[in-house]
Amino acid sequence: METTEGVFFITGKDFANAGVASCELKSILEKIGVDRGIVRRTAISAFEAEMNVVIYTPAGMMRYKVTPDYIKIVVEDVGPGIENIDLAMTEGYSTATDEIRSLGFGSGMGLPNIKKNTDELKILSIPGIGTTLEMVINIKKE
Amino acid sequence: MKLQEVVDSLSLVVKTATANLTKEVTGGYVSDLLSDVMANTKDGYVWITLQTHQNIVAVATLKELSGIILVNNRAPDADTLKKAEEEGIPIMVSSLPAFEIAGILYNLGLRCR
Repeated sequence: METTEGVFFITGKDFANAGVASCELKSILEKIGVDRGIVRRTAISAFEAEMNVVIYTPAGMMRYKVTPDYIKIVVEDVGPGIENIDLAMTEGYSTATDEIRSLGFGSGMGLPNIKKNTDELKILSIPGIGTTLEMVINIKKE
Repeated sequence: MKLQEVVDSLSLVVKTATANLTKEVTGGYVSDLLSDVMANTKDGYVWITLQTHQNIVAVATLKELSGIILVNNRAPDADTLKKAEEEGIPIMVSSLPAFEIAGILYNLGLRCR
């Protein structure tokens, strides 16, 4: 398997296209022939990260790299940043509005879901500037 | 159990992807929170919800769910129908509330585990 790389752009508040990047990434992984369990974990992680950009930020992008050993997804956005990452990692904690919640988003499970489904998760966030999420899912068993 | 049996048992109105009623249903899940469904469903589950917007189709596609049952005669948005047809996700509507639908499917042998 060769290395495959790409990027998706994500527009904030664009609920019509929310999930498109994750669905496309899933198709790409399936075409490459990545193990189903790995595809499933990647799809969950990518979707949650994508939705966070749509729900909370004006815009962002998702870069992915698939190698024989691992899948790496980096999701960067242009703000507003996370004030308290420990709190944001707590299941059930959310800063979403009632309107967003009534659509079934912003239940405070996104980042915990990503943590559960990735082998490595790094979050760099600067309030007022933006957030970068780096996720790695290992393909080869260590 | 095939999805068609679920449709027949609940007298569901099938709105999209009628060709995919041959899918095997492996279990069921009731939730209106998208992340909850992402976290707790497995391939082939049927999802019972009141959400009608198009993001439910993305969730069902990503989790390879067998279909979505909308409760209380909720009408899916036009965009939802279009997307579900494209992705081959059956969207089915019931006049019953979620509790009743889940109870009937449980009695038919479907579980969530």
